[in-house]
Amino acid sequence: MISKRVEKVPPSGIREFFDLVLSRPNIISLGVGEPDFIAPWRVRERAITALEEGFTSYTSNKGLKVLRKLIASYLKKKYGLNYNSEDEILITVGVSQGLDLALRTIIDPQDKVVVVSPHYVAYPALVELNLGKVVFLETTFQEDFKVNLKELHRILKKEKPKAIILNYPSNPTGVTYSKEELKRMWSILSKEDVVIISDEIYGEIVYKDSHTSLASLKGAKSKVILLNGFSKGWAMTGFRIGYACGPKRVIEGMMKIHSFSMLCAPIISQIAGEEALKCWGEVEAMVKEYRRRRDFIVKELDRIGLDTVKPEGAFYCFPSLKRYKIDSLEFAKRLLLEEKIAVVPGKAFGASYQEFIRISYANSLENLKEAIVRIERFLKNYGL
Amino acid sequence: MDEILEILEENARIPIEDLARLVKKSKKEVEQTIRKYEKKGVIAKYKTIINKGRLKEEIPVVALIEVRVTPQKDVGFDNIAQRIYRFPEVRSCYLLSGTYDLLLVVEGRDIQTVARFVSEKLAPLSSVKGTTTHFMLKKYKEDGVIFVKEERNKRLTITY
Repeated sequence: MISKRVEKVPPSGIREFFDLVLSRPNIISLGVGEPDFIAPWRVRERAITALEEGFTSYTSNKGLKVLRKLIASYLKKKYGLNYNSEDEILITVGVSQGLDLALRTIIDPQDKVVVVSPHYVAYPALVELNLGKVVFLETTFQEDFKVNLKELHRILKKEKPKAIILNYPSNPTGVTYSKEELKRMWSILSKEDVVIISDEIYGEIVYKDSHTSLASLKGAKSKVILLNGFSKGWAMTGFRIGYACGPKRVIEGMMKIHSFSMLCAPIISQIAGEEALKCWGEVEAMVKEYRRRRDFIVKELDRIGLDTVKPEGAFYCFPSLKRYKIDSLEFAKRLLLEEKIAVVPGKAFGASYQEFIRISYANSLENLKEAIVRIERFLKNYGL
Repeated sequence: MDEILEILEENARIPIEDLARLVKKSKKEVEQTIRKYEKKGVIAKYKTIINKGRLKEEIPVVALIEVRVTPQKDVGFDNIAQRIYRFPEVRSCYLLSGTYDLLLVVEGRDIQTVARFVSEKLAPLSSVKGTTTHFMLKKYKEDGVIFVKEERNKRLTITY
C-alpha cells in the first residue's frame, strides 16, 4: 500500500545508531543539531501573551502581514536584500517546509537537482520524493569542503540541472563562503539556467566575516530562492517557523501548495517570530558563546589528533578519522558504549564521508571539556 | 567589558588555563590582567551565591529598608551613608532617586534582630528622618541566578 516514490527513498543508514544513542541515559551528546539555548524569554513571553489574547486562528496563507514586513526590513537592513513583503515572502513551517515547497514548485519528474555534499540529510530525500534526480557535487576536506568551481561548471554543463541546493554556513561542516567566494560561484551559476535554493538558516551564526546572502549579489535575486528562519539563530527550533523569499512567480507557486497542504504556519509561532526580530542582544550573546566553544573545540581536536577544517559558522565541525583507518559508524558506536559520548557518523551526510564524524558544539563548555578528555582517552586506549 | 571580566562574572572559579584558552591569551597575560583589575578595584571581590533556602538550618531574615535622610552641606549623602553602611548588618547600601534616599539590604538572625537594628541603631541617627522596613518572604532570583527549581525541556540527544 506504500507508494513507489516513498518505497524508493532509502531509510537512513544510521537509524539504528540513533536508536542506540536515544536509549542510553547520561551521555554527553555532541550529536545534537539544534542549539542548547532556549528561545529568548521575551519571545516566549510574547507567545504566552498571544495565547492569553486569544490568537488561536488561522492566518492568511502567506503569513501575518506584520511578520512579513518585519522580515523584509530585517533582510534589507542586515543583508541588503529587497524583497516585497506582499508577494515575495512566504512564511513557512521552518526551512524544512520551505525546502519541500521550493522543490515541489520547481521540479518535474526526472529533473536533476545538484546537492552539495556533505549535505543535510533532507536534501536528497526530498528531491527523490519529488521524483527528481539527485546529482551530488562532492566537496573535499583538502579543499575545505568548499565547492570546486571547475567541478561546478562541469556538472552544470553536463547534467543541466533544474536546481542546485546550497547551504552555508553548512550543516555538517560549519564551512561558509565569503562575499568574494560567492561572487566567483555566482559568476558560474549566473551563466546557466538553474534555480539556486539557498538554505541560509545558520546565517546568524558566523564568526569571521558577516554573512552574505547569495540573493544580494547583483542579478542573483531573480534566480535564487532564499530559505531562512528563526530556528537556529534565535534557538526557536520547536516553534517551527521560517520563511522563503524569491521571485514573485515562484512564491506564488509555493503559496499554491502551501494553501492546500498547510494553510499557514501556526499563528503563535508567527507572533513569536515578530518578537524575535525585535531582540538582538540575545542572539549576539549566543553567537559569542558559540564562538568561544568553537575556538575551544577546534584547538582541542587539533591537539588530540582529529583533523578538522576550521568552521566559520553554525555550531558543527566535521573532523576526519582518515589517519586512524576506522569506519566512522564503528568509531561512533564504540565511543558511545565505552565513553558515553555521542557523535554523528559522517555517512549520514553523504556516502563518501564514511571517514568523518560530525561534532556539534551546541553544548556547555563544561561538557565539551569533559567530552574532549573522554575522546582523547578513547583514542589512546585503541592506540589510535 | 573585557571578555575576561565577562567570563569571571559568570564563573569566578574557572581555572586560569581554561580562561586563557577561551580568550586566546597566555596564562601569564590573563593572570596579569586579573591582578590589574584586582588592584584597581574593578574586581571588587570573589564570592559565592548561596541559596540559603536549600539549607536545612535556619535561614537568616533579610529586610529591604528604605531610609529618608537629611543631606549635609558639602558632603551630601556620603557621610550619612557611610555611618550606615559600616554596620555589618547592612549587606548592601544604595543611594536612589525617588521618594526615599537610601535603600539598605539588612540581614539578621531573626525578625527581632533586624527590628532591634532599626530601632536602636538606624532610626535614632540624627540625619535619619524616617525608615520603612520590608521583610523578604522568598528569593526567586538573585544576581542573575534563579533560585527556584524550574522544569527544563530536554533536547533529543541526537538529531541531524
